[in-house]
Amino acid sequence: MDIKKLTLAQIVELLDGNVICNNSDLSGTVSYGFASDLLSDVLTLDRTDVLFLTGLCNTQTIRTAEMADINQIVFVRGKIVTPEMCQIARENNIVLIQSPMSMFRASGILYSTGLNPVY
Amino acid sequence: MMYFDYKVAGGDFTGAGQASSQLKKVLKQLGVNPVIIKRAVIALYEAEVNIVAHARKGTIRIQVTADFVKMLLDDEGPGIKDISKAMEKGYSTASDKVRSMGFGAGMGLPNIELNADIFKITSTPGEGTHLEIIVQFK
Repeated sequence: MDIKKLTLAQIVELLDGNVICNNSDLSGTVSYGFASDLLSDVLTLDRTDVLFLTGLCNTQTIRTAEMADINQIVFVRGKIVTPEMCQIARENNIVLIQSPMSMFRASGILYSTGLNPVY
Repeated sequence: MMYFDYKVAGGDFTGAGQASSQLKKVLKQLGVNPVIIKRAVIALYEAEVNIVAHARKGTIRIQVTADFVKMLLDDEGPGIKDISKAMEKGYSTASDKVRSMGFGAGMGLPNIELNADIFKITSTPGEGTHLEIIVQFK
């Protein structure tokens, strides 16, 4: 069975999002979504083809994605990303997307569009 | 064979992860299997965050050989009174600040053990904690 993939451009459009870091190429795809404010949970994921949705906005959010081989993060509810976070994201080619939506709404839209849950 | 040393400051949640980030770059350059790299850097990152979260300061010594990476972490801090309890999933003594940063759910030490091929932990309450983590490349 084929696993559904969404491009980052599709995700940005679906979530009324704004790419705030690494916006040069949004043709990359992702198959799975994981929404959490608990970084410890993210560090236990086996998968790497994951879009990480979170309301937790600090440098360790980016470091956690770096260690977990996650290349795209959506910050919900318009969280403000600091220049330092952006710098770490740039060094590691992690795309940062900001969405005004709540975690519930953003997750619901992506799930109903076909993004797969990790668990 | 390569050696790296890092100093970690307790409470420095902005700088935490630098040693793990550097290790990841080095292992990538060496062409280590990405699955193995992820295991090594997640184990180190969890341990690095533990120093930041619980100790006053600490050191990390990393040895990379052709066959494995060995990570030794020593901190000066409160230590761990009951290591078997600390290894239980969900047990944590983390502060509210640490929890607000997305950690402190009692998952770190079990996750280090899960990702390491060899994991040893010793601690002296009131003095500090020593971790030895080895991840083999094959």
